[in-house]
Amino acid sequence: MPNLKDLKNRIASVTSTRKITKAMQMVAAAKLRRAQESAEQSRPYTERFNAVLGGLAASVGQSESAPLLLRGTGADKVHLLIVMTSERGLCGGFNGNISRLAKAKAAELLAAGKTVKIVTVGKKGRDAIKRELGEYFIDHVDMTEVKRVGYTDAQSIAQGILARFDGGEFDVATIFYSTFQNVVTQIPTEQQIIPAAFEAVEGAGTVYDYEPDEVEILRDLLPRGVATQIFAALLENGASEQGARMSAMDNATRNAGDMIDKLTIEYNRSRQAVITNELIEIISGAEAL
Amino acid sequence: MADTMQFDLVSPERSVASLAISEVQIPGADGDMTAMQGHVPVITTLRAGVLRVNGPEGSQDYVVTGGFAEINADSISVLAEKAMLVSDAKADELDALVATATKAAADATGEIKDAADKQLADLEALRVEIGI
Repeated sequence: MPNLKDLKNRIASVTSTRKITKAMQMVAAAKLRRAQESAEQSRPYTERFNAVLGGLAASVGQSESAPLLLRGTGADKVHLLIVMTSERGLCGGFNGNISRLAKAKAAELLAAGKTVKIVTVGKKGRDAIKRELGEYFIDHVDMTEVKRVGYTDAQSIAQGILARFDGGEFDVATIFYSTFQNVVTQIPTEQQIIPAAFEAVEGAGTVYDYEPDEVEILRDLLPRGVATQIFAALLENGASEQGARMSAMDNATRNAGDMIDKLTIEYNRSRQAVITNELIEIISGAEAL
Repeated sequence: MADTMQFDLVSPERSVASLAISEVQIPGADGDMTAMQGHVPVITTLRAGVLRVNGPEGSQDYVVTGGFAEINADSISVLAEKAMLVSDAKADELDALVATATKAAADATGEIKDAADKQLADLEALRVEIGI
C-alpha cells in the first residue's frame, strides 16, 4: 500500500494539472470564438468569388485558350500535397487526423506510380509524417510567428505554390486541412486546388459582359482563387484547432477530476487503516499489561 | 428610393461596406467606369485605385487594390484584395505595396513584365491621387 505522503503528493500534482487543463480549455474557448468570427467574415468573399469563378470557368471550359491553372498541365504525374496543421500540440486528434488523411493519399498515389511532393504548413503535421514521408518534403511554411492569420499569409503561401507550378514542378496540387463543423466534430478534408475544381454552377441566370475578356479575367482571378482557397482553409483550420483543443482539454479536466476523486478515496482508506492499526496496537498493548 | 442600388464591398478578411447607393465609380482594369441602377450585367477586374461611392448618405472614397466587380441591374459587389476607406489608408502600408510591386516589376520578364509594370504605375498613381 502506498504511504500517505505519496498519495498526498499525487493528489496535489493532479490538482495542479487540472488547473492547467481547465485554463487551456478556457483560453481555447475564447480563441475559438475569435477564429469562428474571422472564418464567418471571410465567407461572403469566398462564396462570391467561387460563384463568379465557377461561372467563368464553365463558360471558358476546357478550351485551348483556358489558363493552365484551370485546365491543368494535361499530365497527372507529379502531385503536390499541401498539408496544413497547427503549430501547437495538445489538441486531441486534430493533427493526427489530417496527417492520417495525407498519408493515406500519399500511399495511394505512390502505389499508382505517381511522384509525390509535400509542402507542410505548421510543424506538428510535419513531425507526424516526417518518419514515413520525410523524403518527399520540398518545403515548409512556418506559422509560429503568426498571431492571427491574415490574407497576406495565405497570399505568400499561394505565391510559393504558384511559382512552383509555373516552374513545372507539379501537375496537381491538393490541400489537406480540417473543416470546422462544431466543437466536437472537425472533418479532415482534402481539396484539389490546381487545376481548379469547381462545383458545377447551374445556369446562373444572368449573362454577364466581361471586361476585359473572359480568358483575361480568368488569368487574373485564378491565382487569387488559389490564395482565397488557402486562406479559407487556414481559417477553417484555425477554428478546428481551437475546437479540438477545447474538447480535448475538457476531457482532460474531467479525467483529472475523476482521478482526484479516486486518489482521495484511496487516501482516506489508508488513513483509516493506519488509525485502526494504531488502535489495535494500543489496545493489545493495554491488554497485555 | 427607386434609384438606389445595393452596394457591397468585401475583402477576404471582412465585409468593408454594405449600403444603398445611387452611383459608384469603379477603377476597372481597362479604365474607370461609373455604374448606376439598371446597368448591363458586367464583370470587370480592378486595378489599384480609388473607388468612389455616391449615395443618399453622401459620398465615400475607398482604396482598393486589385480584385473584381460584379455589376447587376440592382446590385454591385466589389471583391477587392485590400479595401479600406481613403481616410484609413496608411502611408507605410502603401509604401510596402509599392515596394513589392517595384521588386516584382524588376524581377518580371516577358509577358508578366507588362502586368507588373502596370500594377506599379497604378499604385504610384493611387498614391498621388489620395495624396499620401
